[in-house]
Amino acid sequence: MASLYPAADGHHDDGKPAFFRRWFYSTNHKDIGTMYLWFGMLSGLIGGGLSFMMRLELGEPGIQFFTNYHTYNVFVSMHGLIMIFFMVMPALIGGFGNWFVPLMIGAPDMAFPRMNNLSFWLLPVALVLLMTSFFVPGAGADNGFGGGWVMYPPLSTTGHSGPAFDLIIMGLLAAGFSSIFGAINFITTILNMRAPGMTMHKMPLFAWSVLVTAFLLLLALPVLAAALFMLFFDRNAGTGFFNPAMGGDPEMFQHLFWFFGHPEVYIMILPAFGIISHVVSTFSRKPIFGYLGMAYAMVSIGVVGFVVWAHHMYTVGMDVDLKLYFMVATLVIAVPTGIKIFSWLATMWGGSITFAIPMLWAIAFIFLFVIGGVTGVVLAMPAVDVVLHDTYYVVAHFHYVLSMGAVFGIFCGFYYWFGKIFGVMYNKVLAHIHFWLFFIGVNLIFFPQHFLGLNGMPRRYVDYPVEFTFFNQLSTFGALVTLAGTAAFFIMLIEAFIIRRPAEDNYWGEGATTLEWTLPSPPPYHQFNTLPRIK
Amino acid sequence: MRASFIFKGLALSALTATALFGASHFGLDSALAEAGKPTDGALYLQEAATPTATELRWLHDVVMIIITAIVALVTGLMAFIFIRFNKKANPVPSRTSHNTLLEVVWTAAPVAIVLTLIAIATQPLYNQDVIPETEMTVKVVGNQWNWTYVYPDHGDFDFTSSLLPEEDAKAQGRPYLLAADEAMVVPAKTKIRVLVTASDVLHSFAMPSFAVKIDAVPGRINETWFVVDEPGTYYGQCSEICGREHAFMPIEIKVVPQNEFVAWVQTRNPEYAAAPATQQDASLTPAATGGN
Ligand code: HEM
Ligand SMILES: [Cu+2]
Ligand SMILES: [Cu+2]
Repeated sequence: MASLYPAADGHHDDGKPAFFRRWFYSTNHKDIGTMYLWFGMLSGLIGGGLSFMMRLELGEPGIQFFTNYHTYNVFVSMHGLIMIFFMVMPALIGGFGNWFVPLMIGAPDMAFPRMNNLSFWLLPVALVLLMTSFFVPGAGADNGFGGGWVMYPPLSTTGHSGPAFDLIIMGLLAAGFSSIFGAINFITTILNMRAPGMTMHKMPLFAWSVLVTAFLLLLALPVLAAALFMLFFDRNAGTGFFNPAMGGDPEMFQHLFWFFGHPEVYIMILPAFGIISHVVSTFSRKPIFGYLGMAYAMVSIGVVGFVVWAHHMYTVGMDVDLKLYFMVATLVIAVPTGIKIFSWLATMWGGSITFAIPMLWAIAFIFLFVIGGVTGVVLAMPAVDVVLHDTYYVVAHFHYVLSMGAVFGIFCGFYYWFGKIFGVMYNKVLAHIHFWLFFIGVNLIFFPQHFLGLNGMPRRYVDYPVEFTFFNQLSTFGALVTLAGTAAFFIMLIEAFIIRRPAEDNYWGEGATTLEWTLPSPPPYHQFNTLPRIK
Repeated sequence: MRASFIFKGLALSALTATALFGASHFGLDSALAEAGKPTDGALYLQEAATPTATELRWLHDVVMIIITAIVALVTGLMAFIFIRFNKKANPVPSRTSHNTLLEVVWTAAPVAIVLTLIAIATQPLYNQDVIPETEMTVKVVGNQWNWTYVYPDHGDFDFTSSLLPEEDAKAQGRPYLLAADEAMVVPAKTKIRVLVTASDVLHSFAMPSFAVKIDAVPGRINETWFVVDEPGTYYGQCSEICGREHAFMPIEIKVVPQNEFVAWVQTRNPEYAAAPATQQDASLTPAATGGN
């Protein structure tokens, strides 16, 4: 893989170490960012493969392949965990964050380059732990952990007596520490290493988005770590934090989990917000509309995101006044979200728009995120959520914001910075094919799932009554289209690295104004030896 | 010139709105076809069988209109922008990056929508969640992978309800994966309190057409309620992942007229002597005659 990196074969005398030292001991933010991107892609293939097999299973009522139903649950759980912790987060934060935060703020590197190396290398270790869990006993004689990505006890304690889940706990702890180190690194870098003249209020929105994300990581992940440790002790050391027979409470886990889990969804979407802002501004050839409002909308989304967690728990038997509180707090988030959407539209308004590939992804992002957002408003109301909770309506909702929101943000950034990162340009026709197949495919997968959910189909079901056949077939057909789109993506990638059309320094022209466009493509191994001055 | 663009944008949003709204109503009709059960190809909620489900449906209808309008507005605006401000139509971009009035408006408008939503969603929540004076109680215990139903007001008898196997479902013409071998039976027009707990892991007791979903948690007793006017058979499914056979522990509730219910209780629990039938609906149930 690494040989695909255009500069790896270069003999330029710019201080690049030899292959092994360069990639395994790496402390260079761009190299680490590149590794995060490849790693995210690999995990995306694994997580996507799992989801594709689930969709094939669900293509018809009855059991197609998963004669051991537990294995289906394992696939659901691992798909969720891998997509979140090993695909979206590494790609957006580790990948684009590492690459472009230092470049955009005019810093030579991250504040703690060695910690950056540790952050990255914890992830493959974590992924290996997770993958190993597939092959060791989980529940009874059945291999793997099938308790959902939310890992609720008692199913994750007494319900899974085998070691599979212990491996997952350790893997997630490793991934969590990786993110915490990364967060510390980003916060320190952004607060201390901005180029002279770059005040916080002049900082590009992507850096803002990563800053807010890093704070969310720093505050939310320790809570997940604590909850995981408690599970580990309940399983292996005879404690009873979540065991009612010992005076514990399984619901306490849910509170801890979602105190992490809700900020987690913003961790996945905020960096995408940042990317979209730059892309929309670049291809409208206009500065971002309402810059300060955009930055502080992200800050307020981050803050309010910490006090809404129990909207995932409306059916646990919560006090009704508490439900009312969580409904109100959740709906409040619609306001800063609205500000973001309208500011993107206003950035395009009056612009001179070109529909380049990154812009297509950005436009699709806005459109799909609005759909995912409004169904979030529906789910925020406990009086309605009572029928929709744990149905396919929820699956549709969160895939609209994740599988389409976060992932479209990733592809948007990938095409936007492709030439900058790799020094070569992609083939536009192949990129168009990728975009359209993907856009149509994911909508076909997930839009029908709203109807399934309204009609009552529960999630995490390996088999369903014939009454749910039609939309499941449609959804599985969509998965085939998406698969074709993914194939187009890899063909695009291979073609670009074979043909090697060189990328100019600023191939998007006057609309692209941030500092990375002042550097060659790819940027030198060490940049900004003299710091840029921002007027 | 300009006006025609605005017109195009508006027309597009109107179209989207009609399409989405029309779609939801087409679904509404097909969902009405059968009570208490999903319908293939249906686009909307199952028919409501309880007052709370009726209210939920009303709330969902209203919210559906609001969110459809929001999506249509954004889509319409985007369409307009792409027609009016693409590179050909508008070669020289403006440099505007502020408009205080606009920013205030698009902050205030969502605030107004949110306040509206809070206003309309609060009462249904309390109507649903605050349990009224009920007339009888059924206790539900979730197990891996079946349900135990207990009737504390009728001599505390209990039985276990499991998936009706596929062959039997076919033979009896009942819906596989929805039908149970033994249904939970309750009288019509009676306010029923349901106590829900679990014996092993989490489960969730769910009945879409009743607007009922409440987690079954070991070591904790959750409460919910419903009242159904129409006798009939209603189906739900376990709604919290509970291990290997999570998809195979359906919930079937038979709502029967009062006298049939008493007869059913007696087949279940011969010792239980019903209070003398006064034909006055509620007075038949033990809770109303001082039980509980
Ligand atoms: C386009 C490709 C994708 C397909 C076809 C897909 C499909 C699925 C399917 C079939 C399920 C299981 C539903 C169920 O049985 O309840 C699922 C669950 C899930 N997916 Fe995806 N998915 C995709 C992408 C993603 C992405 C990109 C993410 C995240 C960032 C994601 C996150 C999740 C999560 C968190 C769950 C829930 C897991 C659980 O229930 O524990 N998915 N997905
Ligand atoms: Cu949340
Ligand atoms: Cu269950």
